[in-house]
Formats: sequence, structure tokens, C-alpha cells
Amino acid sequence: MMRFGVIIFPGSNCDQDCHYAIESRAGQPAVMLWHESEDLQGCDAVVVPGGFAYGDYLRTGAIAKFAPIMQSVKRFAQTGGMVLGICNGFQILCEAGLLPGALMRNAGLKYVCKQVYIRTETTDTPFTHSLHRGEVLQVPIGHMDGNYFCDEPTLASLQKEERVVFRYSSPGGERTPEANPNGSLDDIAGICSPGRNVLGLMPHPDRSSESMLGSADGLKIFQAMVGALVRK
Amino acid sequence: MTSKHLEVNGYNPINMKAHVFVSLKKTVLDPQGKTIHSALKKMGYQDIADVRQGKFFEVTLREGLDKTAANAEVERIAREVLTNPVIEEFQYRIQD
Repeated sequence: MMRFGVIIFPGSNCDQDCHYAIESRAGQPAVMLWHESEDLQGCDAVVVPGGFAYGDYLRTGAIAKFAPIMQSVKRFAQTGGMVLGICNGFQILCEAGLLPGALMRNAGLKYVCKQVYIRTETTDTPFTHSLHRGEVLQVPIGHMDGNYFCDEPTLASLQKEERVVFRYSSPGGERTPEANPNGSLDDIAGICSPGRNVLGLMPHPDRSSESMLGSADGLKIFQAMVGALVRK
Repeated sequence: MTSKHLEVNGYNPINMKAHVFVSLKKTVLDPQGKTIHSALKKMGYQDIADVRQGKFFEVTLREGLDKTAANAEVERIAREVLTNPVIEEFQYRIQD
């Protein structure tokens, strides 16, 4: 069994979605981690869920990165621990410096809530090792600030090191301007850390964990994490 | 004792204020500024060449802080908290 921890910040709103996907769909125990605690409770993996941590005041993720629990998450990530940041969680991981770049206001200036398709760009991560390269997942998004940005040297290193894990695509896996919902640089939907143990992505695997929700593709990411721990 | 009495006794209860301006780096596209610019043009303001949107913070410092310490403190919070160095830059002034 793999023990997941799901962080709750004031303003998190996908913590229960993550808990449900992990316990009821992936069949693994999940504990909730309160933002004011530094105790990761012996978890094997940490999920930073979506929502609006601390109201997203100042900037998305700007206050959350100073939370006591995030200091423990940083140490956990630096020693190889698996960390998955979804939506607001991705924004927080960027602010905290665990992932490079930043998530800016969507190019269309609107909150976008819809099903999108993402193409698996690398299987060399604990989150995607059981997928196929090029495999397209249908996963929903719901965000105002998902427009990934980084400077040119950072983008070059993400590309060279194959750290772009997911790109927005058409259902058939083609990169088109219409498939990119927010203006993200290089169609980036998700990236990983240099150690490949931290993944941040804007689309919600937690909201696509069973077919009743429109897609069960997101479950594959949680299952891959479980498989990765068993392999270790 | 009221603050008026304190002033008479030579104590200055005025707090210095810092004004911090945060804006997107010039190399970062500002879709909000672009939209405002385009709206202004449509309204007939033809003399506007560009608009960039940013944030403004008024920070009140504690009584009695000297200006050197105020500068150091404001610069630090602007760098470490108020801006994301990946996309933003800042300027500040201490008001007397």
C-alpha cells in the first residue's frame, strides 16, 4: 500500500476530489495534511490540490509557499519524494521554486472550464512510466491563470532534459493553436523537476478518475505513482 | 494622553509609508494591458501608444523607524514576497 498525503490550505477546493480519486479509485490510503502543520505523517507521496489557496491573494500560490507544510514538502521533494501539484498546486510549486517558471493570466483573460486533451511527452517519470509516449489523455481544466511562462534558457533546458511531461493537443494528438486553452508557452500543460519526482500540471487528473465524470484517464497518473513506489 | 500631547513633547508618531509598484517585466506579454490599450483606442484615445498594467502597494512602517532601515525592509519584502522574479519587477519610494 502506498500512503498519500493531500494538503489542505484555506481555499483549497479539490482536496476531497483528490482524496476520493486516491482512496476510492486507486485503492490507496490518503491522509489530509493541514497547512499549519509541518508533519507529513510518513506519506510516500504528497498531492498539492487545486483551489484558491489563501484566496490566491497577491498572486496565485504566493502566500501558500510560506505555509509551514510547504517547508516540509520542499525538504521531502529535495530528498526524492514524489510530489504532484494539480492546478493551484502547480502554481504553488512554481512559486515555491520546486518547479521553474510561472503560471500567468490566461491569454484570453477568461476563466476556462472544459475538457481538454493532453499528450504524454515522456514516460520517464514516476507519474507517466505506465503510459505510452504520445498517449492522449482527456482531462478537464478549470483555471484563470494557467498560461505557463518561463525565460528562453529555462525552456531550452526543459526541452533538452525532456521535462515537459504533458502538452495540450487535439484528441488525435496533434499540437494546434485551438488545442491550447490558455496561451501556454510551447503548449505546456505539465512539467517535472530535474529529479523527475515533482510534477505540476494544470489539468485535473482528480476530476477524471472514473467514466461517470466524463473520463477515467486521470486515474492513470495516480496508478502510475503507485506502480512507481512498488518498483522502487 | 492624546497624540497631540505626544507631539508637543517632541515625539513623532507619524509612520513612514512606502509605495511599491509591481509590473510585468518588459519581456513578458501583458494581455490585460493590451486589452485596455485596444479599448482606449476604440473609445477614440488616439494618443496612447501602449498600456502596461501593474499593482500598487502602500506599506505603512512602524513609528520611529529610520529611513535606512525602512529602505532595507521595503526592498526585501518587495523582492521576496510582493513580486515573482520570473515575471515581475518592482520600484519603490519611501514617503516622508
